[in-house]
Amino acid sequence: MSRYKVIHCNINGKDVERSVDVRASLTDMLRNEYHLTSVKKGCEVGECGACNVLIDGEAFNSCIYLAVWAEGKHILTLEGLAGPNGELSDIQQAFIDETAIQCGFCTPGFIMTAEEILQANTLYTDDELRKLLSGHLCRCTGYENIFRAVKKTMYRRLGKEIDF
Amino acid sequence: MYDIKALYEAQSVDHAVALRLEHPEAQIIAGGSDVLVQIREGRRAGKELISIYMLDELRGVTIDEDKNIRIGSLTSFSHITRDPIIQKHINVLGEAVDQVGSPQIRNIGTIGGNTCNGVTSADSASTLHAWEAVVELTGRNGVRRIPIKDFYIKAGVVDIRADEGEIQTAILIPESSYTNTYGHYIKYGMRNAMEIASLGCSVNVRLSDDKKTIDRCRIAYGVAGPVPMRAPSAEAVANGSAVSPALLDEFSPAVLNDINPRNSWRASRDFRMHIAVEMAKRCLCESIKKAGGVIE
Repeated sequence: MSRYKVIHCNINGKDVERSVDVRASLTDMLRNEYHLTSVKKGCEVGECGACNVLIDGEAFNSCIYLAVWAEGKHILTLEGLAGPNGELSDIQQAFIDETAIQCGFCTPGFIMTAEEILQANTLYTDDELRKLLSGHLCRCTGYENIFRAVKKTMYRRLGKEIDF
Repeated sequence: MYDIKALYEAQSVDHAVALRLEHPEAQIIAGGSDVLVQIREGRRAGKELISIYMLDELRGVTIDEDKNIRIGSLTSFSHITRDPIIQKHINVLGEAVDQVGSPQIRNIGTIGGNTCNGVTSADSASTLHAWEAVVELTGRNGVRRIPIKDFYIKAGVVDIRADEGEIQTAILIPESSYTNTYGHYIKYGMRNAMEIASLGCSVNVRLSDDKKTIDRCRIAYGVAGPVPMRAPSAEAVANGSAVSPALLDEFSPAVLNDINPRNSWRASRDFRMHIAVEMAKRCLCESIKKAGGVIE
């Protein structure tokens, strides 16, 4: 059988196609074929969330997702959040404002899960929010600031006053 | 790059069956959150894979013509939790699979994969046993349906016949199983996320019309033995009994007649026996409350 297959998908709003090794993970494809290096290689077994991207609006660890499964899918990586001139999105800016970044390795994954949470247009409780963010490891252990950045943006997008 | 010898992508259920007959040594991959990790670990490295992940016909929850709840085998945990049919008729299943791994794992992990692995700790397994789910397998001779307790043969081994080209296509919950039935699941783990159960307990009850008597009680455990199991001694205590605090105290220790947990690095046998009793009690208590019963 052929080791390569042409995969058509939409990445960050653009229809693309590329011949991909069928043994590749989606992380491999996004990094090596499309140079989307926000997609980090962390644990590579679906535990740390550093490689997280949105596929058709849902968060997936791209390290345990075969590249061939991307056929026909809409994929959003951190690179797709910024505006045309590199303007930061609200959630990216919130991470800066709350100093929710230390080494930065977990940040793209966290922000993509945050984006999935925010797209639900739901006001989650603190406990719900913590559970929704639980698929990510931050080895600098800066979880409180990350939590605050997501919570503030959730309130802002829903036009509500925040109560800390 | 994964160490995969060959990848065959199924285009339909029939195609998956044909691929399975053609490549009897190949491993089926659904969401891959176990299989791909095992390839990475080396345990399944260098194998042929048959991917069924793209078969959207195996996704979704419906009520079929016989009023069974039909859960397509590739339905992800997060879709099960959010599904209105599940929420209405068997909410405990949605709550149980909402405790698997992490949000991302619940988006990729499938109920078919969770059961076909044959592991006793699967968060769906105790609830599916307690609700007497039926497993649907499709092979070259058509569809075969078996009770979930017969599907699990031993640790890591389930009744899927590769020589018949079988794949699991659905999990069914019969109408008689879910009507007027309410349940509760407790997972005991060291942490909440990214954790495998030290013990899982799922109980459900159907009460009499006046809510004072237990018509039917079913209880099942994960990690209380090599495969998920019911606790018939405890069920016998509860069936036909009046709802009362005394019943809770009589019911819960009876599980010790049925379960047989092991010592492992995650927890000792003694500890599992100890928490099994308390989990049974709390699950029964919660199930009775959900069914509208009052324990006084």
